Amino acid sequence: MTIEGIPMNEAYALRVNGSEVPITDAWIGESLLYVLRERVGLTGTKGACEQGECGSCSVLVDGELVCACLVLAASAVEKDIVTVEGISPDGTPTDVQQAFVECGAVQCGFCTPGLIVATHALLEQTPTPTELQVREALSGNICRCTGYGRILDAVAKVAVSRRSVEA
Amino acid sequence: MSTVETATEAGIRPGRIGHDTLRPDGIAKVQGSFNFSSDLGAEGCLWGATLRSPHPYARIVNVDVSAAWKISGVETIITVDDVPGKLTYGLISSDQPVFASEYVRYVGEPIAAVAADHPETCRRALEAIVVTYEVLEPLIDPERAIDGSHPAVHPDGNVIRHQRIVRGDTSITGEIVVEGHYEIGMQDQAFLGLEAALALPDPGGDGVELYVATQWLHEDRKQIAACLGMAEDKIRLVLGGVGGAFGAREDISLQVHTCLLALRTGRPVRIHYDRAESFLGHVHRHPATIWMRHHADGDGKILKIEARFVMDGGAYASTSSAVLINAVTHTQGPYACENAVVDGYAVRTNNLPCGAMRGFGVVQACFAHEGQMDKLAAAVGVSPVEIRLRNAMHTGDRLITGQVVESVAPVERCIRETDAMPMPTEPIGGTDGNPLRLPGGAGLTADTRHIRRGVGFAVAIKNMMYSEGFDDYSTARCRLADGVVTLEFATAEVGQGFVTIAGQIARTILGVDEVVLEPITTRVGSAGSTSASRQTWMSGGAVDAACRKVREQLFEHVAGLWTTDPLRLVIDGTDVVDSFDASRRMPVAEASAGLVLDETLEYRHRPTVDLDEDGQGDCHTAFAFVAHRAVVDVDPELGLVKVVQIATAQDVGMAINPLSVIGQIEGGIAQGLGLAVMEEIVMQGGKVRNASFTDYLLPTMLDMPPVLASLIEEPDPQAPLGAKGVGEPPCISVTPAIVAAIRDAIGKDLHRTPVRPHDIVF
Repeated sequence: MTIEGIPMNEAYALRVNGSEVPITDAWIGESLLYVLRERVGLTGTKGACEQGECGSCSVLVDGELVCACLVLAASAVEKDIVTVEGISPDGTPTDVQQAFVECGAVQCGFCTPGLIVATHALLEQTPTPTELQVREALSGNICRCTGYGRILDAVAKVAVSRRSVEA
Repeated sequence: MSTVETATEAGIRPGRIGHDTLRPDGIAKVQGSFNFSSDLGAEGCLWGATLRSPHPYARIVNVDVSAAWKISGVETIITVDDVPGKLTYGLISSDQPVFASEYVRYVGEPIAAVAADHPETCRRALEAIVVTYEVLEPLIDPERAIDGSHPAVHPDGNVIRHQRIVRGDTSITGEIVVEGHYEIGMQDQAFLGLEAALALPDPGGDGVELYVATQWLHEDRKQIAACLGMAEDKIRLVLGGVGGAFGAREDISLQVHTCLLALRTGRPVRIHYDRAESFLGHVHRHPATIWMRHHADGDGKILKIEARFVMDGGAYASTSSAVLINAVTHTQGPYACENAVVDGYAVRTNNLPCGAMRGFGVVQACFAHEGQMDKLAAAVGVSPVEIRLRNAMHTGDRLITGQVVESVAPVERCIRETDAMPMPTEPIGGTDGNPLRLPGGAGLTADTRHIRRGVGFAVAIKNMMYSEGFDDYSTARCRLADGVVTLEFATAEVGQGFVTIAGQIARTILGVDEVVLEPITTRVGSAGSTSASRQTWMSGGAVDAACRKVREQLFEHVAGLWTTDPLRLVIDGTDVVDSFDASRRMPVAEASAGLVLDETLEYRHRPTVDLDEDGQGDCHTAFAFVAHRAVVDVDPELGLVKVVQIATAQDVGMAINPLSVIGQIEGGIAQGLGLAVMEEIVMQGGKVRNASFTDYLLPTMLDMPPVLASLIEEPDPQAPLGAKGVGEPPCISVTPAIVAAIRDAIGKDLHRTPVRPHDIVF
């Protein structure tokens, strides 16, 4: 495929959820969000603002939480990319995923994959966050349905249960 | 140790009515495997995109697509000349063009669409289409639409609807008179899941299948069929996963364009709007200016209300006439009032088209009547809570339309329970000195000593279901075989959780544990729209009725086996039981073994009528009530607001799923908070200045305060399950409560929402 004036012949590989994925016949201008969804076929990562304001496309790149809409796919070569599909690769929901469902943190669910990735990143770095720390850490993820109350509840429950498992 | 009593502990069987049953789509949604409409594709699928007007009002002189055709990868380009059927569509009046022909009437009006092999090809093709315009003077001021000083911007004229309400003794005056002008900005629904659809043409092109995120499959199909010039049965709609709706998906947006491109190319086509296009591509909450004058006796009892509403419908009618009727018929709020003179206009301008958004006209009315109640309280010298208690509406009171409120009306209880909630105990800024607790937050701008705290109170009444004689119904099919229930309905699941409660209803009525939900499509009859707080009542009523019909047949079958009267039989847990002899029982799975009981039923609410020219008539079906109290901290120097706490008591009738109800309450409050302090589509000269999430601000987790919520459960005898709709009330009175709290904090009369920093500072 060609687009007039734009070479559609880039070839590179991305390491997504632990697997090397070859990307071929691509345009260099494609975002990581587009490539994950349209070329890798991982549609769990959502696009809702395309300017890094809503967090729906949150993924981990080398362990860092980023908005995939703001990252050029070709710039993520040789980095470890983890999407929501890589959070529970064997299909068993994680404690965070389970808590979101059980606490009523999911309504339409469009923001949910991004929030799941962001929550895992938060609890990895700060296992026992205060409520204000949770609010700050997740303030880059907009949810239009829930008003956030049940999401806070879910995050708090996971933090508490992880503590009790350690104890 | 304190414990929280959940419904399950209180003895409600899991999965049944009253239980916090979990969403059936929850696991798929948290794992990212749930398919939203934007996640769908097909082999050989093309991308579609839409060319839109940059002008609010212009005559189209010429559209030249020749250069766009030359771009490699472009498969088709369509304009108004390619619309085979009706050239316009619309929910109430069909006045909106599929593609503009002679005139464009708002910024964003579609002119052409392309299909190509890559989104970037589409973008370049749209850029290559040359449209020559004669730019005209846009009609921006709704008052000029009314006074006739601007030529008609549409063949149907500039006034979409004018409605008066005249009731009782219009000459009566009060000892106390309070008056105010109020203004409500244009709010966007800002669902996260952008408009997206996938159209699959039938081989031969005599039909099409459309996967789309919508609120009302059958209404979409009707409008699409007319524009395509096809019979409705040639068009099959399937609900693509819906990423929120809030009213913005009640009107057609990309449906016709996607189908046309697919039929034209003979290939699957998908269109995805981006955020900027979404702001232009769907209708918004009507901006409104409202004047109200309340007459009261010396104790503050309302004697008469006078009001004038002007609602800017933008370029096309959409649901403006119904929004207007909702606004003017809710002028009095949840208060008794015998006498009224109300005048209301919904008008056309060259601003963005407005239509349905959660609260549908009542948000605007409530902002005004609650501002008035606070003025009345101040004039009488009583508290905001006391003035509302003195005037609270009760079941049996008449609205200013003459309609008797037959719904359970626990207005006093909403007010008292909200007022009794604990106030925040933390001082301004909290005890840990974290600036995130202050107005301005991470900006570190606020000096705690200058922050002022305020408290505001507001109450609302909201109609449920469709009004004014609309034949409002919902269809559901229930099939019981071998102990498994299969439900089929066309009720749009937009996140609200109907898919959860449908299963709860079926399990409760039929005593089964396993409920299978068929895909949501047009294969079954219409469910009506997921709007107007109506699906729990309407589609819940349809599922309930279909399940009961199946249960009757099951009981007849078992009664035959037991040679007894089917009327003696009941469901107990998962068994059919003889209520006269509890030892005689049979599991439903066994009783239904080898049977297929299959029933499809329609549920209708009682009829309503049109308003007459004096605005009199039983135009609404039923009502729900809610109260909100807001506590805010305000930085008067920078004009910044931090909402500290919201308390609410909501009349829910009966909570079929308490956890879902809390979700609706908290989510609605967030949207009402947005309208109070940050959300507004800013228009200048008919052009949108902030069509992005960078410039149109939405509440984040840092903006949302703790919510204290009380569910008032007084089952409504009119409602099939006793349950009222719970979606809209949460977002209605919270906005005036927050604005009242800001007024209380700074002692200033704020008359518009959202409250902007300069409204506070200057």
